Amino acid sequence: MAWVDTVLQGLMLGGLYALFATGLSLIFGVMRVVNLAHGDLSILAAFVAVVVVETLGLNPLLALLLVVPLMAALGFVLQVVILNRLLGRGILPPILVTFGFSIIIQNALLETFSADSRRLNPGGIETASLSLGSGLAVGWFPFITLAAAVLILVGLQLVISRTSVGRAFRATSDDHETAELMGIDNRRLYGLAMALSLGIVAVAGVFLGIRTTFAFSSGPDRLLFAFEAVIIGGLGSLWGTLVGGAVLGIAQTVGAKLSPGWGILTGHLVFLAVLLLRPQGLFTRGRRIS
Amino acid sequence: MEPAAVRIERTTRASRIGAVGGALVLIVLLSLPAWGDPSTMRLLVEFIALLVLAQMWNLLAGYAGLVSIGQQAYVGLGGYALVVVADDLGVNPFVAVPLAGVVAAAFALPTAAIVFRFHGGYFAVGTWAIAEVYRLLVANTGALGRGSGRTLKAVFPLARETREVTTYLLALAIGVAALAAVYVFLRSRHGLGLMAIRDSEHGSETLGVDVFRTKLVVYVGVAFGTGVTGALIYLNLLRISPDAGFSINWTAYTIFIVVIGGLGSLEGPLIGTALFFLVREYLSDYGAWYMILLGALAVGVMLAYPQGLWGMVAERWDLRFFPVGRRVERDPSPRPSPRRGEGGTP
Repeated sequence: MAWVDTVLQGLMLGGLYALFATGLSLIFGVMRVVNLAHGDLSILAAFVAVVVVETLGLNPLLALLLVVPLMAALGFVLQVVILNRLLGRGILPPILVTFGFSIIIQNALLETFSADSRRLNPGGIETASLSLGSGLAVGWFPFITLAAAVLILVGLQLVISRTSVGRAFRATSDDHETAELMGIDNRRLYGLAMALSLGIVAVAGVFLGIRTTFAFSSGPDRLLFAFEAVIIGGLGSLWGTLVGGAVLGIAQTVGAKLSPGWGILTGHLVFLAVLLLRPQGLFTRGRRIS
Repeated sequence: MEPAAVRIERTTRASRIGAVGGALVLIVLLSLPAWGDPSTMRLLVEFIALLVLAQMWNLLAGYAGLVSIGQQAYVGLGGYALVVVADDLGVNPFVAVPLAGVVAAAFALPTAAIVFRFHGGYFAVGTWAIAEVYRLLVANTGALGRGSGRTLKAVFPLARETREVTTYLLALAIGVAALAAVYVFLRSRHGLGLMAIRDSEHGSETLGVDVFRTKLVVYVGVAFGTGVTGALIYLNLLRISPDAGFSINWTAYTIFIVVIGGLGSLEGPLIGTALFFLVREYLSDYGAWYMILLGALAVGVMLAYPQGLWGMVAERWDLRFFPVGRRVERDPSPRPSPRRGEGGTP
């Protein structure tokens, strides 16, 4: 029964990873760019939540109402003011500039908030659990995280398949030049995609901050887990991302149960195994990794 | 009509003057142990180490288009290989430094098999993930001291001065060898192929350049150079831990140096390394601010002037100390053919 419990915990953790992965995947899908500051921006969101909670005395979950629009606005500005200027200049500039952001954000967080670990306290819900009978129980909070991940994925799926913005995303993703000829303003669209991505990442960052402690240097791991979930699930597949997150989460909790210290490493090794055995990912629309 | 007399110019006036200047600088540096103090030598070892890391990453990203964010893997592997080869296998620690490069290159081959599946941004994150795998594997290995790391004990019997002077001279040799190797490689047929790949992968493939092979050779060669440098760094520091050896900061320093100095030139990393040390010395009292400043500078350079500081200078005065290209020039009167293939530190 202990193993079923471990797998269940891993599945819940996978929900959180799917949230991180969705933001990364969205940006890559629309712009063919990998945002290397993705993880650090989520940690930035968690620290913004710390400030909101401390100054306004809000519950961190309520603070999301402020943090998400703030991060979305930051995403729009970053994209329109800086990243859009790198369009059409090859793969190198976006990688190096977002890597620069990553290092700048980490060190700015270090200077502002010191190297201490922080945690967001939602007032009891993080320890409450829901009994499933026969000795099994899941924490309410991991369950809410997974539910939020599924809801956000459904919402994003609806936006992409039903709305005009979503249609523009798909068109630009397929062929940005033709999309532009058809009257789509790519620059504004990229700004919207980044805003959406950072809004999702803000949710992920705050949930992470409630689930576990975080510090200025926690960002890169989030980026790597998001990347691994995307690759395991298969590029370009929104639901694959959820499966990828779940596989990664389960690998980490099972690994950690086998031997403490091997949790994250087991996740990485499962990622490598999937990459070697099934490079197109578990779910895929037949697109090669590129 | 008679075809115009042309010749292929492969040296520049600056490169010929630079070769002489470089030789003079080298002589001064070689004589340093006779008159300099140990702290200067230690600083120079650090300078050379970062310069070589920068040259290696520049070759990888600026010429081969392989934007790796995981070169800290080879710094760490090189450092640990030094400790294992010198302490556990009993090899002379100074001889162990080049051997550490061989170890790093041996790890680079299977790593390439994985990361070469990715391109562009995902290659960058993929290399970063693999570096984390190496860090965690080392941190979980008892023989390597787990999370607390190891101390290089093989140098304890040596007199302090002997160790410091030998380390310094070894660093100098590594610096000159790395610069010469990159320069000679880029001027060779393979270097031409490499630059063709950077400019157009498909185009160069149709012209007969073996893209995969060329990239693999560069990746493994750069891992060798980075591993040797990692060993040099820890021969200087004497103590390695997984968090320090595999720190992303090695790659961050390197990238900032190359981007600010000038990507895709050999002079750029030199200028970038000098600037890096200046900024670090002046802002050392302000904690992490020097990294924020360097990061902002790198982002600014990338946005406004992607060729970096050296690119600005080279364009303004048509100055090239390390010409790796070929220039076709009209030949008005037969002149003694220029010497070729010479280089040195300017």
